[in-house]
Amino acid sequence: MSAAELLRRSISEVGAELADRNVSAVELCDAALERVAASDGAIGAFLAVTPERAREEARSSDARRARGDARGPLDGVPVALKDIFLTKGIPTTAGSRILEGFLPPYDATVVERLSAAGAVSLGKLNMDEFAMGSSNENSAYKPCHNPWDLARTPGGSSGGSAAAVAARQVFGTLGTDTGGSIREPAAFCGVVGVKPTYGRVSRYGVIAFASSLDQVGPFGKTVSDAALLLGAIAGHDPRDATSSTRPVDDYLSGLERGAAGLRIGVPKEWFQEGLDPGVEQAVRAALATYEKLGAKLVEVSFPHTRYAVGAYYLIAPAEASSNLARYDGVRYGLRAKASGLREMYAESRHQGFGPEPKRRIMLGTYALSAGYYDAYYLRAQKVRTLIRQDFDRAFQSCDLVAGPVTPTAAFRLGEKVDDPLQMYLADIFTIPCNLAALPGLSLPCGLHPSQRLPIGLQLVGRPFDEATLLRAARALEREQGPLPAPAGA
Amino acid sequence: MSLSLEEVRRVASLARLRLSPEEEELFAGQLSAILDHVKQLEELDVSAVEPMTHALAAGEATELRPDEPLPGLEPEAALANAPARDGTAFQVPRIIE
Amino acid sequence: MPVSDFEVVMGLEVHAQLLTRTKIFCGCSTEFGAEPNHHVCPVCLAMPGVLPRLNARVVEFAVRTGLALGCDIRRKSVFARKNYFYPDLPKGYQISQYELPICLGGGVSIEVEGVEKFVRLTRIHMEEDAGKNVHDALGGSAVDLNRAGVPLLEIVSEPDLRSVDEAVAYLKALRAILMTLGVNDGNLEEGSFRCDANVSVRRKGETALGQRCEIKNMNSFRFLKQAVEYEARRQVELIEAGGKVEQETRLFDPQKGETRAMRSKEDAHDYRYFPEPDLPPLILDEELVARVRASLPELPRARAARYRDQLRLPAYDAGLLVADRDVATFFDAALAAYGEGPEAAKKVANWMNGEVAKLANETGLAPPRWKLRPEHLAGILKLQDAGALGGPGAKQVLEVVFREGGDPAEVVKARGLAQVSDEGAIEAAVDAVLAASPAEVERYRGGNLKLMGFFVGQVMKQMRGKGNPGLVNALLKKKLGG
Repeated sequence: MSAAELLRRSISEVGAELADRNVSAVELCDAALERVAASDGAIGAFLAVTPERAREEARSSDARRARGDARGPLDGVPVALKDIFLTKGIPTTAGSRILEGFLPPYDATVVERLSAAGAVSLGKLNMDEFAMGSSNENSAYKPCHNPWDLARTPGGSSGGSAAAVAARQVFGTLGTDTGGSIREPAAFCGVVGVKPTYGRVSRYGVIAFASSLDQVGPFGKTVSDAALLLGAIAGHDPRDATSSTRPVDDYLSGLERGAAGLRIGVPKEWFQEGLDPGVEQAVRAALATYEKLGAKLVEVSFPHTRYAVGAYYLIAPAEASSNLARYDGVRYGLRAKASGLREMYAESRHQGFGPEPKRRIMLGTYALSAGYYDAYYLRAQKVRTLIRQDFDRAFQSCDLVAGPVTPTAAFRLGEKVDDPLQMYLADIFTIPCNLAALPGLSLPCGLHPSQRLPIGLQLVGRPFDEATLLRAARALEREQGPLPAPAGA
Repeated sequence: MSLSLEEVRRVASLARLRLSPEEEELFAGQLSAILDHVKQLEELDVSAVEPMTHALAAGEATELRPDEPLPGLEPEAALANAPARDGTAFQVPRIIE
Repeated sequence: MPVSDFEVVMGLEVHAQLLTRTKIFCGCSTEFGAEPNHHVCPVCLAMPGVLPRLNARVVEFAVRTGLALGCDIRRKSVFARKNYFYPDLPKGYQISQYELPICLGGGVSIEVEGVEKFVRLTRIHMEEDAGKNVHDALGGSAVDLNRAGVPLLEIVSEPDLRSVDEAVAYLKALRAILMTLGVNDGNLEEGSFRCDANVSVRRKGETALGQRCEIKNMNSFRFLKQAVEYEARRQVELIEAGGKVEQETRLFDPQKGETRAMRSKEDAHDYRYFPEPDLPPLILDEELVARVRASLPELPRARAARYRDQLRLPAYDAGLLVADRDVATFFDAALAAYGEGPEAAKKVANWMNGEVAKLANETGLAPPRWKLRPEHLAGILKLQDAGALGGPGAKQVLEVVFREGGDPAEVVKARGLAQVSDEGAIEAAVDAVLAASPAEVERYRGGNLKLMGFFVGQVMKQMRGKGNPGLVNALLKKKLGG
């Protein structure tokens, strides 16, 4: 089997090849590293590749397997991590100059867990600075390109995580989703992305953007790959007080149970003005397929959808303005030359932060500042309650909600950079799920009829019901067949 | 809603963030546009609504840590990323109280 | 003097470090005095990606303090971020409690010049301490984060205090309570018991509060007095000159005895508080509150009342005993080992407040480090009651046991301090003294009865203080009268 063929396999398929000793972890790792070397100049998914470490981990995996000690389906499988996860001794930047050269003294919990499962990490992935963005254009280091069309965005903020899987550089990746940062790039790049319920996956060691919204999740080529990765990272972590103690479901066992009998809520507000007709067509076709598979479509109403972006762009920047205060040039990160303390702060932060973090720090500081708290932050938190109630009401008549992930397919790089509000408004369908702290999933549901770009279907479930989302996604995936890999991958 | 340059400067100072004159202009305009959009939240009557201050499902008990020491960092590891140090302390420009 | 037309109105904010082993949100040691940054970890250094984990003991201590001070213990409280930039504050925010603190209300009773007063508390909340900034020789500053994250209780009083004496009485009473509860060591110099004062002035008779200033950096009762007096005078002069007091944070300068506005607190009015998203609301279960309630020790005022009412101790003696919880506990144990009733209590109290206190002062040792145990003190008193020890002997034994330890009876034996009641031995000493002092014997017999003291002294000297005073007296009288 050629290296390219191997890399097109799913994790379970390549896992079988590893188990049968048809390929070693080192060979697989080298194939992936070669693929990265050959393709990433054009794509820009990686901020740092760590080949020596990767080969060392692959060798350990092979040694375990030789001893009959393999750790399960991820053992020896090449993966990569958004550069927002702290990796001990490996530079971690969050896509920002302010953390250039920062060497973490510890590993994030999810990094530990993937490593414990035997996965081989190839390096750190490109992202919007501090996960702030929907196009990866806010990376302080370099742009990332969509493997389907290099002139287009892979989405953001986890652009590198989606592009690396779409370009078949690695088998799976981890990203984070605060307002759509997993689901939007997954949709733009034609891969599966899961944003779990808030509290399902530990945030310890994940560079914080907006603490009450951030959640870690996986990207995979297939639903079962995503399920496998989620199963490896989910579960309680005593180091994160907001991580849930609920037991983790077995995401693989119910995967093939089909869609028959599921009640799928279709929010009418998600199919209104601004939705690209090609996107709507693909999403409606997917809904029709669900009906064919025996699911029941139920119209639901989310009257507060139109307020979600406004609430989000108060809450997230407010929390961010506080989370980013630690980047002060005292203990780590960039420090500008300055004579006085105040100047040192202001100048370090001026030089270290790019335009988007600056914009959000300003917005968040303003929203929290004296005299504005009630009008902005507190009101936004109340609207957040209303949005959660929209979902609670819907879940009385349905088991999950389905709709588009984004109003359009991947847009061109440079198209929206000068208009932050337009960029923010494109998050309209993904943001409610974060505000409501619910699990969401993005699944490829075909190509745009004219643009030939992937389109994502979004599924949102009840709290901690990732299993139902994955099962429903798998049913559609099985029926419609896999999306082809982008040209050249 | 339009944000004056004055207010932009006040907020930037609170956030310890120097902005160039161009950035001040740019943010005054962009933040005003965003705050205009946000203004639509005022359409809603939220007087009887509880704010959702925490995202974790209600009812989960607060988990407390036992008062037992855990290994920390060696001073060298703690200071490894420090831009400037003075012995094992972080060095900063002079602080005026 | 215009100052006399004004009264000072004060509320105090006390920051008490809690006696936990580890910090409030991480497992680093709270030990004082380590080299800079030797008690740190990614959490208290505010490395990217870290999250706080609340220390159970901090919650227990907050509940304990709240119950002891009669507060309403809130079953739900919420942590909040207080945002400001300072090098000793690594996250750029302090995790504190704001709108929903763990305790509301309550109060502390104080007594000034015989008048009792109840000082109301506004609230008590939990928060983390900041690190320490030190100036270096090169004109820069250096930051040590060992103290960053050490747990604090902030105890906020209502503006009920009207004089420096009331403020000091309040602080002393509060400090004694916290020490009795075992939640704080009461050390002002090391900064584990700190106080900020909100000071305003108003013309006597006015009911509205004046604009207040917050005064920081008073690490002794003396500095508190100086600072508040200076600040009150400054405000009065400002008002008298037609000016207005600005709300601000002011630092007390102990060298100059003045307060001055703090530059670092310029935007102190805008802390941008919001609920801490990394910590879910703290929900207390009833079981915890009940358990803490059941374990509350007797507080100083209640203890002093018990000493007065049941043991009939004078208020002064009782007050001395309860000022230090360990001393009072020692007293209780010694009394239990010695006997019952007012007479026994008075005797033990006299020794505690007399000889024992003197030795404690001389050695600078706190009760837990004394070699003297309560049963030792009881033993010494019993030996004395049995006539085996005289007064001077008892003091000697106490000093030996206090400094070196050991069983009093053994010490008496080893050092030969036992009281001599053997009539033969005493008679021999009496005979020797009378034979050596014929002139005095003559004068005594001639009617100068005051000379009895002289003879007793001489006999005791001869017997190295160990003679039974009753027998010595009786024998002398017999021989001189005969």
